[in-house]
Amino acid sequence: MKMFIRATGNISPQQTFGNVPFLAEAVEYTGNRLSCIEPDYKDIIDPKMIRRMSRIIKMGVAAATACLKESGVEKPDAIITGTAYGCLQDTDLFLTKMVEQNEELLTPTAFIQSTHNTIGAQIGLMLKSNNYNNAFVHRGFSFESALLDGVMLLMENAASNFLVGAVDELTDNSYAILNRFGLYKQKPLSNLDLYKTNSRGTIAGEGSSFFLIAKEESVNDYAQLNGMSTFYKPKDIAETGNQITAFLAAQAVTMDDIDLVITGKNGNAKDDVVYNHLALSVFKAATLANYKHLCGEYPTSTAFALWLAAQIIKTGTIPAVLNIDNPGKVIKKILIHNHYQDTHHTLLLLSAC
Amino acid sequence: MSAPVFIAGLGAISSIGNNIAECLAAFKNEKAGMADMVYLDSVHRNKIPVAEVKFSNEELAALSGLSSQISRTAHLSMIAAKEAVDDAGIENFSSLRTGFISANTVGGMDKTENFFKEFLSDNKKGKLRNVVNHECGSITELVADKLGVKNYISTISTACSSSANAIFFGARMIKHNMLDVVVAGGADAITKFTLNGFNTLMILDNEYCKPFDENRRGLNLGEGAGYVVLVSERIAKMLKKTAYCTLSGYCNANDAYHQTASSPDGIGSYLAMEGALKLSGLKPSDIDYINLHGTGTQNNDIAEGTAIKRLFDPHFPKMSSTKSFTGHTLGASGSIEAVFSALSIQKGIVYPNLRFHTQMKELPFAPETVFSENLTVNHVLSNSFGFGGNCSSLIFSKL
Repeated sequence: MKMFIRATGNISPQQTFGNVPFLAEAVEYTGNRLSCIEPDYKDIIDPKMIRRMSRIIKMGVAAATACLKESGVEKPDAIITGTAYGCLQDTDLFLTKMVEQNEELLTPTAFIQSTHNTIGAQIGLMLKSNNYNNAFVHRGFSFESALLDGVMLLMENAASNFLVGAVDELTDNSYAILNRFGLYKQKPLSNLDLYKTNSRGTIAGEGSSFFLIAKEESVNDYAQLNGMSTFYKPKDIAETGNQITAFLAAQAVTMDDIDLVITGKNGNAKDDVVYNHLALSVFKAATLANYKHLCGEYPTSTAFALWLAAQIIKTGTIPAVLNIDNPGKVIKKILIHNHYQDTHHTLLLLSAC
Repeated sequence: MSAPVFIAGLGAISSIGNNIAECLAAFKNEKAGMADMVYLDSVHRNKIPVAEVKFSNEELAALSGLSSQISRTAHLSMIAAKEAVDDAGIENFSSLRTGFISANTVGGMDKTENFFKEFLSDNKKGKLRNVVNHECGSITELVADKLGVKNYISTISTACSSSANAIFFGARMIKHNMLDVVVAGGADAITKFTLNGFNTLMILDNEYCKPFDENRRGLNLGEGAGYVVLVSERIAKMLKKTAYCTLSGYCNANDAYHQTASSPDGIGSYLAMEGALKLSGLKPSDIDYINLHGTGTQNNDIAEGTAIKRLFDPHFPKMSSTKSFTGHTLGASGSIEAVFSALSIQKGIVYPNLRFHTQMKELPFAPETVFSENLTVNHVLSNSFGFGGNCSSLIFSKL
């Protein structure tokens, strides 16, 4: 079945939101933490609602609103979100008060908004939409599950379009904890040099990316979404290679048909072993690009890669910030391969409409 | 796409029993699971009753085979999921395309809230092992890995409708021929985070809850896990036993009224029930029993009741809220009640709604008050509604 990416909305550590040129230049960060560049929410969300919303809810609702506006769809047939960590700021706030005040004199707002489905619920509430509304919270598969849910709805004729998004935020506390797990690089570096080091750890990221995906083609579509596959804890790189080959076969394409492969390389020597091996095997002849120097590493970052791929296909340009060898190349088919800690692997195939 | 999905195995753990047999015995004996708090260490002990699973984490660990240091939610999940898989008795389980779709609302929060005490004083402190499974998805993976499920793993969190959504997401993957077998359901342990959260909303009853009673005062929090093993028609034919029933209908709709409160007319509930009926091809009068969401809050019961009145009037099926036994198990409630619904069909039983005394003045129907056996139960509707307006209904049908 055919399906089309009709619109996108993306808040990220780069200039990706609103009427801006497509990644004209990279925003540079030194240190190991990238933070979203947030828009002025007054122009996007009802100011009465903004006051009560925490940062992740604002990022989610704003990206979803922009996406819907671009799509011209008032009420999508389904709203599906993916978030690995959920609304951390609200969780953190309620937990902190609970500990500090020894479970006494607490107020409900942070608790209410800490629920993992808050962003999808707020979008539904704002649109007064009684339609399908679901929220997936499975680490590096959160966005992928949400996307699969929507794709199945289209195949079931239960929906003709759906709004799907991935939202994850970093808070000072989540960053401190994840840093203690050794996820991030210990020496400051520029995100633009992410792939030059061969050391442990990556850079922390976050983002809010939404897509309106429809069964019917329209004149303004970004790209056609051809297929997706996910696989869990492959036993070795050979299995990952086999999964990629099987996915391509299922999509009836070969690597010769793929104009660009976007990989999830994150600068962590351990994580990048997989990509480095594939670059010499399955992807030997492919044009390869990376994206995590732009958005950092986080469990739902595949959504940023999907936005990037959709933009490349729609605009017909490969931004210089991707540093690929032949930037003039015509791009009609893009394969995305991302993995989160070699546990959650995702393959996505997009093509020009 | 229209091929039915069968329920081949069931597993549940809750405050009324550590397995299906114990839960059924509690229903028969009309023995509720609420009591003073024993296992959760909270300042609300002896003030707010809860429906705890009657085991310490160490005792749960002995059953689950997981480390006793791990979140209570993972133990509950593992125990019920294992019971369901064993119950289904699928011989070549590991050679089939298997999935584990689970739900929970706060992941490993029971451990995180202890970590936070030390962490807040110094962010270099607090044992990392207590936050390593904070994410909802981590709990799912601990169990999936132990069950040996690999082909598809996911976690849904839509507050109190989470595990109903997990069940029908799994069923749809089977219908799309993506998987052969899906273990689907959810788990939630009581945590201080949720207890205090619900307490701030002032919807906890400080006595045992009275769902659908005119004088209801709120809900009791419970904990537990419930799983169903969903199989395709092809696998159902290979089973050594007869499947319990089919999952014949499901629907997810949104109330779109308020982040936590239900609309007065229960539009989300109405649309979820109506949509599930439509998918199953059944009429309201075909439903023999409704397992109510029935939390016991003023707001839920009138919204759900009003929606039922609109859809079923004048032929009301038997109905009851089994939360009067188990308390509200949040992310686990949809799947624990799915297990009870499947048993209702297989055994021809309907559960009582405990502590119902006074008819709600707005409603023309009342819940069942006694345990009934030897019934013919062909179709059961199970409701699950959550914060964020998430409303889901499931329909189970006799083979």
